[in-house]
Amino acid sequence: MIAKDGFLGRFLREFAGNRTATVAAVVVLLIALLAIFAPLVAPQDPYDLANLVLRDARRPPGYVGTTGTLHLLGTDSQGRDLLSAILYGLRISLEMGLLAGTIAFSIGAVVGTSAAYLGGRFEALIMRIVDLQLSFPAILLAFVIAALLGQGAWQLVMALVFAQYAYFARTAHGAASAERHKDYVEAALSTPLSARRVVLRHILPNTLPPLIVVATVQVASAIALEATLSFLGVGLPPTEPSLGMLIANGFQYLLSGRYWISIYPGLALIVLIVSINLVGDQVRDQLNPRLKR
Amino acid sequence: MTQPLLEVSGLKTHFPTAAGIARAVDGVSFTLGRGEVLGLVGESGSGKSVTGFSLIGLVDAPGRIVEGSVHYGGRDLVGLSTAALRRIRGKEIAMVFQDPMMTLNPVLSIATQMRLAIEAHERVSKAAARARSVEVLARVGIPAPESRLDAYPHQFSGGMRQRVAIAIALLHRPKIIIADEPTTALDVSIQAQILAEMKALVDEIGMAMIWISHDLATVSSIADRIDVMYAGRIVEAGPVGAVLRSPRHPYTQGLLESLPSRTVPGEELRQIPGTTPSLTNLPNGCAFAPRCPRADTKCQVMPVESAAAERTWRCHHPETQRSAA
Amino acid sequence: MLGFVIQRLWQAMIVILAMSVLVFCGVFAVGNPIDVLISPDATQDIRAQVIAQYGLDQPLWRQYFTFFGRMLQGDFGESFVYNMPVTQLILSRLPATLELVLFAVVGASLLGIPLGMYAGYRHDAPAAKIIMGLSILGFSVPSFWIGLVLIMTFAVQLGWLPAGGRGTTASLFGIEWSFLTIDGLRHMLLPAINLALFKLAMMIRLARAGTREIMLTDTIRFARAAGLSEGTVLVRHVLRLIAIPLVTIFGLELGSTLAFAVVTETIFSWPGLGKLIIDSITSLDRPVMVAYLMLVALLFVMINFFVDLAYALLDPRLRRARA
Repeated sequence: MIAKDGFLGRFLREFAGNRTATVAAVVVLLIALLAIFAPLVAPQDPYDLANLVLRDARRPPGYVGTTGTLHLLGTDSQGRDLLSAILYGLRISLEMGLLAGTIAFSIGAVVGTSAAYLGGRFEALIMRIVDLQLSFPAILLAFVIAALLGQGAWQLVMALVFAQYAYFARTAHGAASAERHKDYVEAALSTPLSARRVVLRHILPNTLPPLIVVATVQVASAIALEATLSFLGVGLPPTEPSLGMLIANGFQYLLSGRYWISIYPGLALIVLIVSINLVGDQVRDQLNPRLKR
Repeated sequence: MTQPLLEVSGLKTHFPTAAGIARAVDGVSFTLGRGEVLGLVGESGSGKSVTGFSLIGLVDAPGRIVEGSVHYGGRDLVGLSTAALRRIRGKEIAMVFQDPMMTLNPVLSIATQMRLAIEAHERVSKAAARARSVEVLARVGIPAPESRLDAYPHQFSGGMRQRVAIAIALLHRPKIIIADEPTTALDVSIQAQILAEMKALVDEIGMAMIWISHDLATVSSIADRIDVMYAGRIVEAGPVGAVLRSPRHPYTQGLLESLPSRTVPGEELRQIPGTTPSLTNLPNGCAFAPRCPRADTKCQVMPVESAAAERTWRCHHPETQRSAA
Repeated sequence: MLGFVIQRLWQAMIVILAMSVLVFCGVFAVGNPIDVLISPDATQDIRAQVIAQYGLDQPLWRQYFTFFGRMLQGDFGESFVYNMPVTQLILSRLPATLELVLFAVVGASLLGIPLGMYAGYRHDAPAAKIIMGLSILGFSVPSFWIGLVLIMTFAVQLGWLPAGGRGTTASLFGIEWSFLTIDGLRHMLLPAINLALFKLAMMIRLARAGTREIMLTDTIRFARAAGLSEGTVLVRHVLRLIAIPLVTIFGLELGSTLAFAVVTETIFSWPGLGKLIIDSITSLDRPVMVAYLMLVALLFVMINFFVDLAYALLDPRLRRARA
């Protein structure tokens, strides 16, 4: 336990050494808090139809609505306060990204590790499939699956998981098979120690660092993918407007100069994704032994 | 005495690191005469390779030469512009490295790599470059050079690869060649061959050579003079025969005693106790003192250089008689 | 070399075969095209007649073999929506996507490789840090949003460039191309930039990482010790050494961009394959979906093949091993 704390402490101290990454981490944390407490922070409940006044629709930033509320970032096509819609949208986007990321992580880790552990035909077959899948762009896979499954939160998560698990599987397989063929694991497997113990105690822990690195990147890309799919109209249903949906809704007004409906949710999305990627970059550099000097 | 070909004085090359300034080279002075072979000896981390790189301005950033001078051909190479240095590299002073597998570019043919080296200093036709390459390859002992010219590095054996690297260094008949452990990565039998050939080439062309090595045995068979480096300084220098016969500095002595050939079969190999000190945290006095059998309180002050009969040493307690070994 | 080519072709055929089964079953498993084809109030007789006409009453394996046999002749059946042969439909849309993608990927490489090499060569310089910062941005920002910003800035606010469509086309080899006319190029610029940004970021990162790593090797030290100028070192040694990973990415990106063009084509109403596939998925136009997926599979197999071939040409060590 002490050793683990020591590692964590060292890790955090090194992380704090990179100012950009630290700022990014704080931003991610802040956005997460804003998203969680959206109902408390948001000036308006964007889904309470009683709050919506059609006369206030598509008003520019700073507009004071008929009910006296200030719309800091303007309103959308239905008279919703854009700031509130963005906060709620962030919540949905984060939810989808984390949910898909976690499931893809678990499936990928299990598939990759067991392929490396079992070896033989099973390994060859599984990794062939994974490689084949990886040669197709994630966006295309997700798009086809999402389109075939239809709109809905779970359908979307499934599409994202399907598009992303392969990255985790490949990474887990790489790390696990490197470990699997090390002498100490071969030795442990030849003793009466249970195989499960070897996998849990030796192989799995060694696959974690690279998987965590992949996870940060993949959560960010899941959020971007979700937004893209929702933008294309095959993602979430209109009842759950994520950031992508907000951007899509504003698209038609963009050409008439009402930029804010699309641009502000987009900015929120970018700040979130860039921050996660910056954190991910730093984590990768810290966990990559090759870059250590 | 005539003017030396190369005169290095007070050279200091430092590397700023997170742990402080690493004094890789910390006040090195030596001279190299025409046609002379100088052996630069020391353990890894003693600063001998960095000394070699410093001479032609190839110190990796963030390291830099902070003090000293390198006089060659009436100029101080320290502080020379990059362009001027470039004109000297390969043409006047060439360099050969340890592992030919790492130095030759694996994706370019030998012909291309040699042509690039020629074109770095001269404008020649492709045919002329080829002819010259073939000639130099033949000279370093590559059989059938005409047919081997278009091969790639991986198609050569280790010894042949090093010959190719040496050929590239010899293309412009440089005045000085710096050889940084050129035989260390090779098989023992090949080592001897390359060593003999280098010696012959140096005599034939009349170049001077700085032979950098951790291996006293190879140095003793090729060098005229020897400089022993420890922690960024030269601790002992002199003609190779004299130094090896009666080393003054305890470190040189330790190196000699740890040679396998000096050990009676069946006896344990002798080693210098301890390890090389960290370059960021050198002791105030003699850097070798913590490992030295003769060290005392006097050694906490840096010893000055003593000199006698072409020899110099830096020690408060030099050995005056021939060591027992 | 010949043995290598034959072996790879054989592998490619197996992949295509496997893909055809997967795609066929996958598309078959979802959605019932009958509901799309026939109005709900059609009589049972008409229903049966249409089903028979499309061969939908046959067992699955039978349908597959029919499909496969026709596919070998380049026949993917007729689109349910456009009422024209799918092959013809796809071929008519392919040039638009092809020219867009080529412009984007080639442009991104020509710009990204020098920028990345500079950022790797002088990794402490402020300009290098700016380049890297921009590349992180290019990596992170979803491309559909960049498309919106491009339209907003250059089409709506500044009015310099058109917001969508292919513009005037000119004919070459009997195919209509946008890049042959000024108006077509103007139309192509924004979508091409949109597509290129992500690739640009990726090329920069790859070139930078490769350059940084290679600059520290003894190969470069040796080249410098021989008196080579920095320019020669970078162009003749470094570029040649990083070319291998770059070619891979170039190839794979060419393929994935053809597919990724879905988003850009939607935003800029570019009448290419991407828009076609979006429309056919939403309208359950099964033959078009199958043909598109098969085309993508074929494309990836071909690209992988050429990438391997380029590898062998660029890396003499592989040449011998595979000869």
